[in-house]
Amino acid sequence: MNVERPHDLTYQVAESRRVVNWLDSRGRGLGMWAFVAHRITGIGLVVYLLLHLVLLSILAQGPDGWDSFVALARTPVFLALDVVLIAGVLIHGLNGVRVALTGMDFGLRQQKPALVGLAIVAAVALVYASIRIVAG
Amino acid sequence: MDWQVTFRVFRYKQDGAPPRVDSFIVEVSPDEYVIDAIERIWAEQDRSLVFGQACHHGACGSCGIRVNGREKLPCSITIRSVTVDRGTLMLEPLRNLPVISDLLVNMTPFYERMERVHFTPVRIAEPILDETSGRLAADVSPALRYENCLECGLCFSACPIAGTDPDYLGPAALAAIARMIEEPRDGVDVDALRRLADGEHGCWRCHTAFECSEVCPSGVDPARSIAALRRKLTGEGLDRLFRAGR
Repeated sequence: MNVERPHDLTYQVAESRRVVNWLDSRGRGLGMWAFVAHRITGIGLVVYLLLHLVLLSILAQGPDGWDSFVALARTPVFLALDVVLIAGVLIHGLNGVRVALTGMDFGLRQQKPALVGLAIVAAVALVYASIRIVAG
Repeated sequence: MDWQVTFRVFRYKQDGAPPRVDSFIVEVSPDEYVIDAIERIWAEQDRSLVFGQACHHGACGSCGIRVNGREKLPCSITIRSVTVDRGTLMLEPLRNLPVISDLLVNMTPFYERMERVHFTPVRIAEPILDETSGRLAADVSPALRYENCLECGLCFSACPIAGTDPDYLGPAALAAIARMIEEPRDGVDVDALRRLADGEHGCWRCHTAFECSEVCPSGVDPARSIAALRRKLTGEGLDRLFRAGR
């Protein structure tokens, strides 16, 4: 018999691991992955909203401050972040529609095909948006 | 016995020692059930292994564990369905319930919820209900059968909300409320159950990850029951709103 240590102590410390339990997808199905993606993108969008409000305060510095920020926002790093933002909006928004409908017993049996279909819609929309962003 | 499978088993004793994982190599027939191999590990390799079992045919729900991370009744799955020859099987206790020892969890938090919602395991058999009225015909004596729910707790283990809100009623209890509303039983206050489902730790807490229905071994489909409860409660709420506005 070989003995080793397990990777975590979830069983004993469940209360202190609530956030981890929120994201624990081990051995779980497609619906759980959608749930995890929804939580992560939701938190990401809240952080973005706060950052956005902070950045808008640059307007108070007048046209020079704003123009220099706009120049920074056109750099490749910021454009890449725009793509990430749009991905988050698409995942959260489209899955939100799916969850709102299936959670009220509309199309519940089709929750998996709906997830796959909406993922394809999100991917196509993201590619289109990325091309528009890169093309300026 | 023509397969050799390595069983990696979560071990924990209430002696202050940290949990560990033990590996047992077992000769198995691929068409044996996982519970058979667990019992052989206990009988032939380690008599201190603790696990739950009773009926051996998926009727009692007392052997629920996680097999390769997924909630299963090991009495209902063949070894062939979850691994291959010379493969590995990870066996762990259910999530979201305190571990007593090894693969055995304390089901009390789960059973308390089922008692709280007055889950009654016996129901009227569907075929004798009148199709139009949904009630028993006057000249027919009620035939009974068991509810589908085995109270095995697999759904409670798989639910991500049960892992984050310690007061969440959980999929089985909410599905039981849906059944009690659907088929009211003597002495059960359906309105109180409706209020419980509509409460802070009731059906609105569900985030529709569908894991409960994915792992249910008995076709209860708690996700659907929770969605139906929400729809019913929303309909009733809107009805009250419009009636109050008249």
